[in-house]
Amino acid sequence: MIEVENLTKYYGEIRGIEGVSFLIEKGEIVGFLGPNGSGKTTTMRILTCFFPPTSGRAKVAGYDVTAHSREVRRRIGYMPETVPLYPDMKVKTYLNFVAEAKRMDVKLRKKKMGMIMEQCGIEHVAHRLVGNLSKGFRQRVGLAQALINDPEVLILDEPTIGLDPKQVVEIRDLVKDLAGERTIILSSHVLPEVSMTCERVIIIHEGRVVAVDTPENLMARLQKTVKTEIHIKGVKQEIGDRLKTIPGVIAVVEKEEVTPGIFSFEVEAAQEEEIGGELASLVHNNNWQLVEMRAVKMSLENIFIELTKTKGA
Amino acid sequence: MNFYPIFKKELRSYFSSLIAYVILTVFLIISGYYFYTDLALFVVWGGSSIQEGLWQQLFHDIRLVLLLTIPLLTMRLFAEEKKLGTIELLFTYPFSDVEILLGKFLASLAVFSLMIGLTVLYPILLAIVYEVEVWPLAASYLGVFLLGAAFISCGIMVSSLTENQIVAALVSSGIILAFWFIDWNEAAMTPIVAEVLHHVSFFEHFYNFARGVIETKDIIYFILFTFFFLFLTLRSLESRRWRGMR
Repeated sequence: MIEVENLTKYYGEIRGIEGVSFLIEKGEIVGFLGPNGSGKTTTMRILTCFFPPTSGRAKVAGYDVTAHSREVRRRIGYMPETVPLYPDMKVKTYLNFVAEAKRMDVKLRKKKMGMIMEQCGIEHVAHRLVGNLSKGFRQRVGLAQALINDPEVLILDEPTIGLDPKQVVEIRDLVKDLAGERTIILSSHVLPEVSMTCERVIIIHEGRVVAVDTPENLMARLQKTVKTEIHIKGVKQEIGDRLKTIPGVIAVVEKEEVTPGIFSFEVEAAQEEEIGGELASLVHNNNWQLVEMRAVKMSLENIFIELTKTKGA
Repeated sequence: MNFYPIFKKELRSYFSSLIAYVILTVFLIISGYYFYTDLALFVVWGGSSIQEGLWQQLFHDIRLVLLLTIPLLTMRLFAEEKKLGTIELLFTYPFSDVEILLGKFLASLAVFSLMIGLTVLYPILLAIVYEVEVWPLAASYLGVFLLGAAFISCGIMVSSLTENQIVAALVSSGIILAFWFIDWNEAAMTPIVAEVLHHVSFFEHFYNFARGVIETKDIIYFILFTFFFLFLTLRSLESRRWRGMR
């Protein structure tokens, strides 16, 4: 459904993306994962025919984005990251405009309009001005305008950014419901976000594709061990030595002293071991004071460092 | 050509955001005041021809009001879409750049036509008490229409270059003014340059229309001017393809 081959985009001297290639089958939900400025939006803008690539080829729904851009644009739905809408238009008027812009048949439009507004949960704001809507509703209107022409390919740039947790879940569910017939690409800079909705993840970093895999495989590849950071009040040497004795612990790294007398350690254990309880009882048995204990999550930066490292090796 | 959705959207936006009403009001008040004073002068000085004694004066005054109001009409057309970011979505809908441009151009042309259309009330009122020659007046209206179209194309072009509406309005006023005054400083130019600039200037070409005379070269001038600026706008819209900015 989407074929991207050696796609490169330069903004003058500045590189947007370079040599990006991937293949997406019909009906797949694929996540674009990368930090800000990694080239996610650039790739999406090429796929949506906003601008052509500097070199390389991209085909969406069977049409080339440069040679048959209008055919492509008729078959896609796009929601940009900022969800740009006209604040002085009413929701329904706006969606009507989009339907006309996408050259929908008038009869079909009338039928579709109600359906899509219901699906996106915006029927009761249909007659309100877009500018007066909350961020969550604006996001839904943005999604509705992308969906109105029943697109074969749906491209969503950071669909959940800036929403509160409840809204994030709602939008995520909505996107999942849309899957099936449609091919969906969505971008994000949060790994869990992508792993919850997508079947496959394309990781992009500094304009290049670093990895393409299922979320499970990626997680497994990256997190062979679990790290726990623990702050303890006690005798430094003693703590360090005894932490190492816990079964399953691979390494104990001493970190900077938090405040005088309170020491910080990073305990690395094998994935399958559950060392939380052991740690707690160790602290208790030695009459230390537990100040803080938390799991160290792998940050996105770490993931990229890890991925680029494994690729180079 | 699928420019109708854009045309409709722009027209709706003019009237729902009150811009059209404000501009119409200001335009009609000032041009009505001009009509009143020009008519008073015509009555007092009693020129021989109503076309040269009254209408010519009025249309020269109206062109000044248009110089002020048309840039306000066109400033938002692209600048606002850029500021809001909506231009990104617009470009990913199945429109060609020409369709987008045409929809916006025709929408502001429609509002402008309403503006000058309402001034037809003046000659109608006058016709009740005094004989008004229709055809020279019609020629003047054609001139104003062409002039307005030229102003609009210039305003759209500038609007496509910036995302700041105030900049768009000021710069287009500046360009239009420059085209008025470009041949004024004849003393400082060689005769050939003076001659060329004379033909480039708005003033020269609008003058005949205001007198009630239609000349082909004047029509061609305004049409070329309009097309030239619309063409520049298309180039400016296309620049996203190689610049990659919005």
